[in-house]
Amino acid sequence: MPTMLEVRGLAHRYGSYAAVENLSFTVAEDELACIVGPSGCGKSTLLRCVAGLIKPTAGGVTLHGDPVDGVPADLAVVFQDYSRSLFPWLSVRGNVEFPLRTRVSNRTERRKRAEEALAWVGLEAAGSKYPWQLSGGMQQRVSIARALACKPALLLMDEPFASVDAQTRADLEDLLLRVRREHGSTVLLVTHDIDESVYLGDRVLVLSKSPASIVADLTVTLPAQRDQIATRGSARFVELRTEIARLLHDRPGAPPPPNAANSDALAAERFLAAEREEARQQSSH
Amino acid sequence: MSRLSGFTNRWLVFLTALVLWQLATAASDNVFFPTPWQIIHHGWSLWFTTADGGFGLSDSIFEDVLPSTARAVGGWAIAAAIGITLGAALGRSRTGMQYVEPLFAFFRALPSPALLPVFIGLIGIGSDMKLSLIAFSCIWPVLMNTVDGVRSVDSVKTDTARSFGTPRTQWVAMVVLPAALPKIFAGLRLSLSIAVILMVVSELVGESSGIGANLVDAKAAFDFLSMWAWIVLIGIIGYVLNLALLAVERRALRWQPTRAAVASAKQTTKAGG
Repeated sequence: MPTMLEVRGLAHRYGSYAAVENLSFTVAEDELACIVGPSGCGKSTLLRCVAGLIKPTAGGVTLHGDPVDGVPADLAVVFQDYSRSLFPWLSVRGNVEFPLRTRVSNRTERRKRAEEALAWVGLEAAGSKYPWQLSGGMQQRVSIARALACKPALLLMDEPFASVDAQTRADLEDLLLRVRREHGSTVLLVTHDIDESVYLGDRVLVLSKSPASIVADLTVTLPAQRDQIATRGSARFVELRTEIARLLHDRPGAPPPPNAANSDALAAERFLAAEREEARQQSSH
Repeated sequence: MSRLSGFTNRWLVFLTALVLWQLATAASDNVFFPTPWQIIHHGWSLWFTTADGGFGLSDSIFEDVLPSTARAVGGWAIAAAIGITLGAALGRSRTGMQYVEPLFAFFRALPSPALLPVFIGLIGIGSDMKLSLIAFSCIWPVLMNTVDGVRSVDSVKTDTARSFGTPRTQWVAMVVLPAALPKIFAGLRLSLSIAVILMVVSELVGESSGIGANLVDAKAAFDFLSMWAWIVLIGIIGYVLNLALLAVERRALRWQPTRAAVASAKQTTKAGG
């Protein structure tokens, strides 16, 4: 399969603090690759570099052969926090049409594409509602529809299911698998949930703690058709998640943080602050 | 049901106050305080009785009430246009506000009526001066609220828009301004009441037409009945203008959920996942 995304020697530093160091990997076309790493290891920084939202300090990213400089046109991102990512002043359909405004000039065609994308995620009836009228899981489905409507060459997902309850999370995971099977999307998904990475991925890239670098690149040898109960109960699944857990936690000098979710959020805050500071300094030069 | 009773309760308090006012003024023989009934009656003869004594809009409506109201609304509209445009530009610029902030702080601190002599000196005592004074006074709340509003765009929304390669015009029109709209409307409402104040103040000198001018003239002539009628009219104009703006605001911000609606939406979608 041809390579869709290539990350080579990527590094990003915030001042003297290295978030990502010498990262290299590729994602093939139609592949779903999961990146799993300990909390606050720089997963989000990596994703933001790939999305072109921040400039890496060193190394580079190429998307279907073109170097990424700025935000690539055929890339879409699904963020963790759907309530902050969706535009509350636009209807569900308006949200899905938002990125299409620059991509599809014909209004009727645009509306058709939006309706289509909403149907993929099972929300064909919700087009005229406002996001707050939907449940959390449905809102995240709107963001997925919005990203898919652009027919991106690469779909980036940053902890997409971390803000919903367990049942909704399982439903959304299966929805992602179905949609990508039906539409042949290439997906790079960042998560800190080991089980999720094995369940969803064709490949799992295991990151070290910060500064992040690749510790292992595992091919998930599970049948393409996954099932929440059968797959998660299979011997191979258990083997894979044990292996990843060992890679993440049993490394010398890397005890698991006491409060994973919280330290993740703290790291993200710290990086964002550093990023803003950086942007401010650059613009004042 | 509760909405209806809320409505009745609000007006019940108002009516009670009115009745108390009527009783108190009727019991007193101070000429300075006519009864509300007399005031309403006088107002009717001032504005809704034609020269030949029949029912209709009087000359005063066309010579005083409408020109004054038009100046208030016009000045406010000019201020809204300038305030929103300038505020959006300054708020999104990284350094713009730093340069002008001290200047703005100074102008904002000045009570606008104090500037009346300055405006008379600069522009004269005509309609232009009044319009300019109203516009100048109304700009600040709109401007400062717009600056504040356009700065409050959420970082995840910024990233989302950027990741889709959103062009600048779409970014401003569909993300920045809608995000700032609740704050902009707060500024517009504040400005509207300032417009009504300055409408009166700007007419206290010079010409003898206009609502403010008639108010001072009536007081000078010891015509307390007319004075009170004009005061009541100013109150009604302010109330109606605010009501109209609220209707526009409710329509423009209808995407904002009311608290009750959020609670009921949570209830109904909980099972949906």
